Amino acid sequence: MIGIVGYGVYVPKYRIKPEEIARVWGEEGERIRKGLGIEEKSVPGIDEDAATLAVEAARNSMAMAGILPEKIGALLVGSESHPYAVKPTATIVAEAVGAGPNIMSADLEFACKAGTSGMQYCMGLVGAGMISYGMAIGTDTSQGRPGDALEYTAGAGAAAYIIGREKTECIAEILATCSYATDTPDFWRRQHAEFPSHGGRFTGIPAYFKHVIASTQLLFEKTNTTAKDYDYIVFHQPNGKFPLEAAKKMGIDEGKLKLGLVTPVIGNTYSGASIIGLANVLDSAKAGEKILVTSFGSGAGSDSFAIEVTDVIESKRGKSPKLADYLVHKEYLDYGLYVKHRKKLKSL
Amino acid sequence: MEESLAITWRRIPERYRLLGTRCITCNGNYFPPRKICPKCRRKGKIENVQFTGKGKIYSFTTIFAPPSGFELEAPYVFAIVELDEGVRVTAQLVDCREEDVKIGSIVRMVFRRIAEDSDEGLLHYGFKFALVR
Ligand SMILES: [Zn+2]
Repeated sequence: MIGIVGYGVYVPKYRIKPEEIARVWGEEGERIRKGLGIEEKSVPGIDEDAATLAVEAARNSMAMAGILPEKIGALLVGSESHPYAVKPTATIVAEAVGAGPNIMSADLEFACKAGTSGMQYCMGLVGAGMISYGMAIGTDTSQGRPGDALEYTAGAGAAAYIIGREKTECIAEILATCSYATDTPDFWRRQHAEFPSHGGRFTGIPAYFKHVIASTQLLFEKTNTTAKDYDYIVFHQPNGKFPLEAAKKMGIDEGKLKLGLVTPVIGNTYSGASIIGLANVLDSAKAGEKILVTSFGSGAGSDSFAIEVTDVIESKRGKSPKLADYLVHKEYLDYGLYVKHRKKLKSL
Repeated sequence: MEESLAITWRRIPERYRLLGTRCITCNGNYFPPRKICPKCRRKGKIENVQFTGKGKIYSFTTIFAPPSGFELEAPYVFAIVELDEGVRVTAQLVDCREEDVKIGSIVRMVFRRIAEDSDEGLLHYGFKFALVR
């Protein structure tokens, strides 16, 4: 069996509402809130970045897995906001959780899907018997250009998954995975650019919808299943609307997406988005339930997973915070404080 | 002033995850880590010990006029934390205000950015504490 032996999430304490951002830019807040399906988004603390978020999620995943840190044979960190352009986030995280030095480690980048790429690589390494456990993390503190549509959605958060093969340790089995990728110029950020550029409406049909739908259909074919075989479906969630539209296009019951759709309350956490959604499902899922996850990263590609929850989940639950625990204690920022938190003023 | 790379590098395990030391002769725990037990001297035997990062507030204050590099974070709570291992450490208390904190409040270690040398310089990470709610 290849499966998840532990997972952990982290979301910073601070929030800003779309109405507050809209107030500054003279936009209609309520229209934007409804249009994007975003109630509020998370904002990192001044001393938080993609590495610190990754460490918190990693520590939570270790607490659930209950394994010694030196047993982790690989650590992969997916992000598009790595603190350094050159110098790995993965070694910072490994040291902070006490893993290594006998460890394979690397940083990954594929817009919003580098976290699920890491999960696939860990599955491969574990499946080949090269390692006993691998940790894959998706973490981001992404930024939108001031006034840009992305400013309403770009949130901060991380999720870490420890992949292993012992049946008695896996809280969920990963039954299958597949991917779909093409060279699509929907969203990018050049080496020294502060903020990303994107293709506006082009990010929809030829990018998000095409890849999410194709990858999900590929998984259905590969596993000889349909949407009816899954209790929960989690799609990448750049906003609160796209995943529901994708489901509608595929004739999938929108109700199956509800539990895994967390962007409306934390924003788009980029590399963390689909796997924080998955974590929210796992936080309450029961043994035998099946989950389908499809991530999406601009540029563009999707990874899909078919997952079945095992009864081991009951004994491991409660050893680490749930996503819901991070949604209770929050503090709202006005746009001025938000600018300070995100160091958006050049003089800061 | 920037710390030397060698000092930063040497202190990574203690700063990132509170790796301390213990004397197995007298069971004394030490942080920052020590090479020699101050009680047992030559009879002491020191080994590394991973502290749990759990503790409680021993004392605290609010910093309004911070040292350079911390201006954006002020005002912030600075605390002496008594770790479960019996050792006291000083550190920033994150995501809270003075009125949220009491002597004896339970805290846990969190991982945060501590300092940044310059736009092109090294980033320094390490432990701070957060209230357990
Ligand atoms: Zn001693």
